[in-house]
Amino acid sequence: MSSMMRTDTRYDVPRKAADAENYNRRADGTVRPWYSTLTARIVMIALSILFLLPLYWMIASALKSDQELAEFPPTLIPRSWEFGNFVEAVTAMPFLTFFANSAIITVSVVVLSVLSNFVIAYGFACIDWPGRNTMFYVVIATLFLPFPVTLIPMFDMWARLGLVNTLFPLIIPAAFGSAFYVFLLRQFLLQIPRAMLDAARVDGASEWRILWTIAFPTSLPALTTVAIFAAVASWNDFMGPLIYLQDESVQTLSIGLQTFRSVNAQDVSFNQLMAASFLVILPLLILFFVFQRYFIRGITIGGFK
Amino acid sequence: MSSSLAADPRTAGPGGAAGGATAAADPAGPRPGRATVRRRNLRTGLLFISPWIVGVLIFIVYPVAYSIGLSFTRYSGMEAPTWVGVQNYVTAAADPLVRTAVGNTLFYAVIAVPLGLLVALTLAIAMNQNVREVALYRTIFYAPSLIPAFAMSFIFIVFLNPQFGAFNQVINLFGGPNVNLLGDPTGVKIAIILMAQLGAGNAALIFLAGLRNIPRTIYEAARVDGAGPIRQFAAITFPLLTPVLLFNLITGVSGALQVFTEAYIVTNGTGDPDAGALFYMMYLYKNAFGFAELGYASALAVLLFLAGLALALLIYWLSRRFVNYDVEAG
Repeated sequence: MSSMMRTDTRYDVPRKAADAENYNRRADGTVRPWYSTLTARIVMIALSILFLLPLYWMIASALKSDQELAEFPPTLIPRSWEFGNFVEAVTAMPFLTFFANSAIITVSVVVLSVLSNFVIAYGFACIDWPGRNTMFYVVIATLFLPFPVTLIPMFDMWARLGLVNTLFPLIIPAAFGSAFYVFLLRQFLLQIPRAMLDAARVDGASEWRILWTIAFPTSLPALTTVAIFAAVASWNDFMGPLIYLQDESVQTLSIGLQTFRSVNAQDVSFNQLMAASFLVILPLLILFFVFQRYFIRGITIGGFK
Repeated sequence: MSSSLAADPRTAGPGGAAGGATAAADPAGPRPGRATVRRRNLRTGLLFISPWIVGVLIFIVYPVAYSIGLSFTRYSGMEAPTWVGVQNYVTAAADPLVRTAVGNTLFYAVIAVPLGLLVALTLAIAMNQNVREVALYRTIFYAPSLIPAFAMSFIFIVFLNPQFGAFNQVINLFGGPNVNLLGDPTGVKIAIILMAQLGAGNAALIFLAGLRNIPRTIYEAARVDGAGPIRQFAAITFPLLTPVLLFNLITGVSGALQVFTEAYIVTNGTGDPDAGALFYMMYLYKNAFGFAELGYASALAVLLFLAGLALALLIYWLSRRFVNYDVEAG
């Protein structure tokens, strides 16, 4: 618990560091009575149970035998602990192929998203050029464009290029930035003192050099946020793979599991499906637990308005 | 530093900071130098955002124009499109399944969007409490947002199973009969709405960002004036959160119009029972990739685009009455 609360002073605001030490102290210095946080805690623990329930249900079901899964009333704690379900889930479908495809797409998308959106956001936040605010409103406007209106022409385009059934339609667009990430990174970059950038310029540093030596290291929490958002969106994407990846050899985990389930609709074992689903989200859970303090800070410091 | 969207960054230094540096170096004639710097900055700036400009042209401008064009044709994806005028739109207006899909989508939006805002705001307030283990709560509340829609759908299929699902056990506990939510046209919509609430973590984080931007001094002043927690929420927290609320509202509505994956998986791609989970996006997808009616599907996409645009403008227009930009929070 204490390791989670430890704060990294390089990126932190003093107020948050103070929170960690004096969580029960009011701003005016008086100490809050113990019962004033008790109600909050009860509500939060209740909410936590509710929000952990699906995850628990998934793990518990994955560990049950077929018979136990079909029992009514259901057992809250698995009686049988069938770890074999995980082995069966991985061997019953081309799990490793799906996993590899998902991994290739996600890693490429994360790298491309971080790089492209950061360069674009730098152009909007750190260089003064006429018309950039008008242009930024156009960026925000694209945030509200429903993607279905581009769906059919994009499919048509990738089909003409002969790239349907390859991973490219799901990777290449990430190289061209996305409104939400540009917005998030721009908010963060605006917090860098202008004097620091100008000092570097006076010293003769190019914008490209300033971007890498000053802006990039300063923006690591925000970049972590973008990386996690991009990883989750890409790893969990269902519709993109559904449309572009028809052959089993190129399918991702999201679409592969659904294919497995609909092909075996009559006798699909849900405990195996749960086991496979858990293996799918496991990399994301690990990624999030490792980086969560940067992730949440990346959003909350930039601020929204 | 202002974090306002509307803030003009040029006000940070007249003529741009680099322009100022040039003016200092050449006090006799700053104007030509400033113009040169402006031109050079324009070139550099455009160069840096060029990936985005190219992306907008390829992935937004071209497909939107192409989609509008296709909507006036009959096109299966194989042969060349044939021009049919407004026929697709006439067909859509009379199509009973379009009516069902619009009805389902509106049902979803009207319940899921306000409920989603409420859940997200509750989570954000919980995430912002001053308790020692707050980082743990933040992690827990966000964790379900990491579970992909397809996996969450599998969980709900097991959870809601009429024979052995835990959902029925709870209902039986309170003396209710066994229900099969996924077998009922309204029930399946309610199940999908409930499922969506577990993914409120993203919107909650955006609310949390807004909460943390409210200066603490305002609360201190209010407490000195004798305002209790409820009064503080109504008079400070809520009004200052309205810009963030607007953002979450528009993205929520936009997301609701496009609800797809959960319905696709829960119903195994059918949208049944009785087309109860046939949402607009599902019907669009079926026409495009199931029936190879790409022209008709494009017309449906254009209509969705117009509906989304109209709703966004309506929300934006209404927002002028309730969104508070008076206090620069940040």
